[in-house]
Amino acid sequence: MAYVITAACVADSSCVDICPVDCIGPRPDDPAYDDTEQLYIDPAACIDCAACVDVCPVLAIYEAGALPLKWQHYAAINRQYFRESES
Amino acid sequence: MKAAAEWRVAVVGAGPAGLYATRHLLDQPELNFEVDVFERLPTPWGLVRAGVAPDRPEKKRIIERQFNLTLGDSRVQYFGNVEVGRDVRVAELQAWYDAVIYAVGASSDVRMGIPGEELPGCWAARQFVGWYNGHPDYSQLQFDLSCRRAVVVGNGNVALDVARILMQPLAALQSTDIAEHALVTLAASRIEEVVILGRRGHFQGAFHNPELEALAELPGVDVLVDADELPAANEVVMDGADWATRRKVRTLQQLAARPASGARKRIVLRFLTSPVEVLGADKVEQLLVVRNHLQHDARGRLQARPTEEESILDTGLVLRAIGYRSYPLSGLPFDERRGVIANLDGRVTEIPGAYVTGWSRRGSRGIIGNNKKCARDTVASLLADLQAGKLACATLTGKEVVNQLNNRAIDWVSYSDWLYLDRLECEAGCAQQRARAKLTSIEQMLSRLEERKAQLPKDY
Repeated sequence: MAYVITAACVADSSCVDICPVDCIGPRPDDPAYDDTEQLYIDPAACIDCAACVDVCPVLAIYEAGALPLKWQHYAAINRQYFRESES
Repeated sequence: MKAAAEWRVAVVGAGPAGLYATRHLLDQPELNFEVDVFERLPTPWGLVRAGVAPDRPEKKRIIERQFNLTLGDSRVQYFGNVEVGRDVRVAELQAWYDAVIYAVGASSDVRMGIPGEELPGCWAARQFVGWYNGHPDYSQLQFDLSCRRAVVVGNGNVALDVARILMQPLAALQSTDIAEHALVTLAASRIEEVVILGRRGHFQGAFHNPELEALAELPGVDVLVDADELPAANEVVMDGADWATRRKVRTLQQLAARPASGARKRIVLRFLTSPVEVLGADKVEQLLVVRNHLQHDARGRLQARPTEEESILDTGLVLRAIGYRSYPLSGLPFDERRGVIANLDGRVTEIPGAYVTGWSRRGSRGIIGNNKKCARDTVASLLADLQAGKLACATLTGKEVVNQLNNRAIDWVSYSDWLYLDRLECEAGCAQQRARAKLTSIEQMLSRLEERKAQLPKDY
């Protein structure tokens, strides 16, 4: 199902540091990081370990099936970030 | 290198930039740092307390989940209500510590530079934000919300926050930590329309997607999009834009296609429009604006250029939200052009042992977490200088700094004092079924602490 970062994200990047499969971006040293709106999880790479959930300072990360109503569309947004922003 | 590996660093500013810098220092595996955090206000957290909108409580979770752990660390001393440049001079700090990191933010702002800007009713959005968030510098301001239309100049996230707070149903704000005085004034507001002016086009909107979507979700508010030059959904012009921009333009297209519900309140997003002159006899009555067109400048960037097409908006409230600047801190070199403390890689120009991070280093760009990387890089510069033996030795211990402040009769606020104020605010909020009832003046905060001291046993 993958985990999803929602609009609450402040781009603190603690999740990037802890992710064992490096599926969160943009990373702080990526050019896109300085002006990014938030960070995103690549659902194709996420292994559902939930390590990011606990370190997020604002609790912005949810399991895709448990997204709050107002952020339902963020599963698609996380996916699109990796599919469309690279195209 | 010191044998005991004890290094004393001062951090000036207890906002995200200063606290991330403090955390990076504490996390150095081989070096033992002690950090004294100086803050101009009695209260810590900078813009997380005074900038983040009250209807965005999730962003403030960073306080208890991270910042409290940093400021409450046994290696950290907090000196609130101490203004560097006034109570303590920069040169003194530099002598007292091995190194000083300035993280003083960007508390000045960019002016529009148009006639009439000085008229009552024309404000910096920063003032309005500080006011509704109970920042002591702005709590005494009186905003007149008796007009029908407000105009926000600029369309970045601050502009959209301000528009949203003006149009948010009162019920959505009542349970938040918004300042009591703001709640009272907003309850009597007669503003029915907020016009947001962007000088460039739909593809250059400075706002982020969540802030735009939040406008669309406001109950009882129509969002009208100036659709002139907005491309149709299927136009190829979209292909050249980055993903976040395409997402924004898609939302704008959806909003433009959404029929007005006829709600009493509305937000109008105008593009390619700049203010020309604020008009009024003794207060703001109208804003003269001009239509722009886009032109590539010499560096290939799209710039807004005015056309001949001017029009007038009747309004009693103009809020400019066109960027923040840092301010010159006495004793530190200032880069007037960039509006930041002059620095190279976070090293303050020509002052050994002085560093800068956050918005006062790189300008008002980025969100809360971007300051973590910025602080990491500044601390890396500091560590390199430390390893190279370039830092002069601190002359005072932590206890001696406390004595210095006490000798100057400075009413400094400790972390324990702040925790007491924090508890008072939370308890008062709880009683009113609100997230927090903020203390909004320094006098108020200090008198609460005086009352507490009177209750404690002597010599405590």
